[in-house]
Amino acid sequence: MSEKTIQLVIKRQVDQNSEPYEEKFSIPYRANMNVISALMEIRRNPVNANGDETTAVAWDASCLEEVCGACSMIINGKPRQSCTALIDQLEQPIKLEPMHTFPVMRDLTVDRSRMFDSLKRVKAWVPIDGTYDLGPGPRMPEAKRQWAYELSKCMTCGVCLQACPNVNSKSEFIGPAALSQVRLFNAHPTGAMHKAERLETLMDGEGGLSNCGNSQNCVQACPKGIPLTTSIAALNRETTLQSFKNFFGTDHTA
Amino acid sequence: MSTNREFFYRKLHSLLGVIPVGAFLIVHLTVNYFAVRGPEAYNQATHFMENLPFRYFMEVTLIFLPLIFHAVYGLYIAFQAKHNTSTYSYFRNWMFRLQRVTGVIVLIFVTWHVWETRVAAALGAEVNFNMMAEIVENPLALILYIIGITATTFHFANGLWSFAITWGITITPRSQQIATYVTLGVFVALTYIGIRSILAFVG
Repeated sequence: MSEKTIQLVIKRQVDQNSEPYEEKFSIPYRANMNVISALMEIRRNPVNANGDETTAVAWDASCLEEVCGACSMIINGKPRQSCTALIDQLEQPIKLEPMHTFPVMRDLTVDRSRMFDSLKRVKAWVPIDGTYDLGPGPRMPEAKRQWAYELSKCMTCGVCLQACPNVNSKSEFIGPAALSQVRLFNAHPTGAMHKAERLETLMDGEGGLSNCGNSQNCVQACPKGIPLTTSIAALNRETTLQSFKNFFGTDHTA
Repeated sequence: MSTNREFFYRKLHSLLGVIPVGAFLIVHLTVNYFAVRGPEAYNQATHFMENLPFRYFMEVTLIFLPLIFHAVYGLYIAFQAKHNTSTYSYFRNWMFRLQRVTGVIVLIFVTWHVWETRVAAALGAEVNFNMMAEIVENPLALILYIIGITATTFHFANGLWSFAITWGITITPRSQQIATYVTLGVFVALTYIGIRSILAFVG
């Protein structure tokens, strides 16, 4: 049997405060592997390319079918999900790095909580809780539902924030993902009841919508093909109108 | 009302870049083009501009104050970005980077240009064809002027493109694509006008 191997170079880090370092691995090849199964192989036998025993590489994963976003990392320079990164399609040595826009917890695991906090900030849900049954909500036209479905594919993976030049340690920018969710929930017939509130959060909060510099990397990087830049431009129009309403007053509150 | 004025400042920055600063740029480049018709036509045109009523008021409110705000806040914006064109070498990401680079170049160029012409005029020098001809007699100054003019027209044209997005005028990818072509046309036209004019001062 020929000894075909897979070469990996992994950027590792012991904990949040320690310096990153690179470690090389050489693992036996099997057919149809993805980056996750390569990392599992390292976990099974944590020996680096020099033959020295080492610690297993830490990484995050959950759904293994590119809908949860947990296994996102930088693979050969580009952020993407490691579950759909097939070894046969990658140039070797395969370089794995954590998405450094987020705090690195250990090795390839990052803390994406800033994204979840952003979703809370913008109220990325439809508030329906109350003390009595409100009955069914208004119907949504089918064409609009199909359009909204595209926006709802967002899995909060963080790839768009990693690709954005304006999301960094010098800026508070909320990033494209949460902005597009505002568009989604403002388009929902019941969610629209909180439209002004969501828009005002994007206008008043630190690092809001206006921090976007239109580099449009996000829309290129998004693994789900979400029209992020269209959402941002549409929100620019809506917040502009909202700012006029706020300044001059309005008798049209919906 | 919130205490965070970022939204307002960003919108103001975008607006001032086009009105009045961009509008002034077009007027300025158009008047310069008189140089192509010879020293007399140019001197007559600058003389007309110099003698406009409310000149100082217009200079301050339509040029200097908006320009200073746009420049200072623009520097803040420019240095907030962490460029990543090596990883994401997309056209728009390059435009994003060039917009910030040219912004800094234009600030330096305009400061030098105002010092040499407007400040000199305030100190008694006469602004005419000869003044510019003497400046660009030096080949280095001519090259710097050509770089400065091109950076300015690029920054304005590309700024028009993002202005349309910032104010929610172009939303769909197709409208933004068309805006790219239109602003490219603006860039080419203004660069031609600017460079043809500055070359008219050379020998």
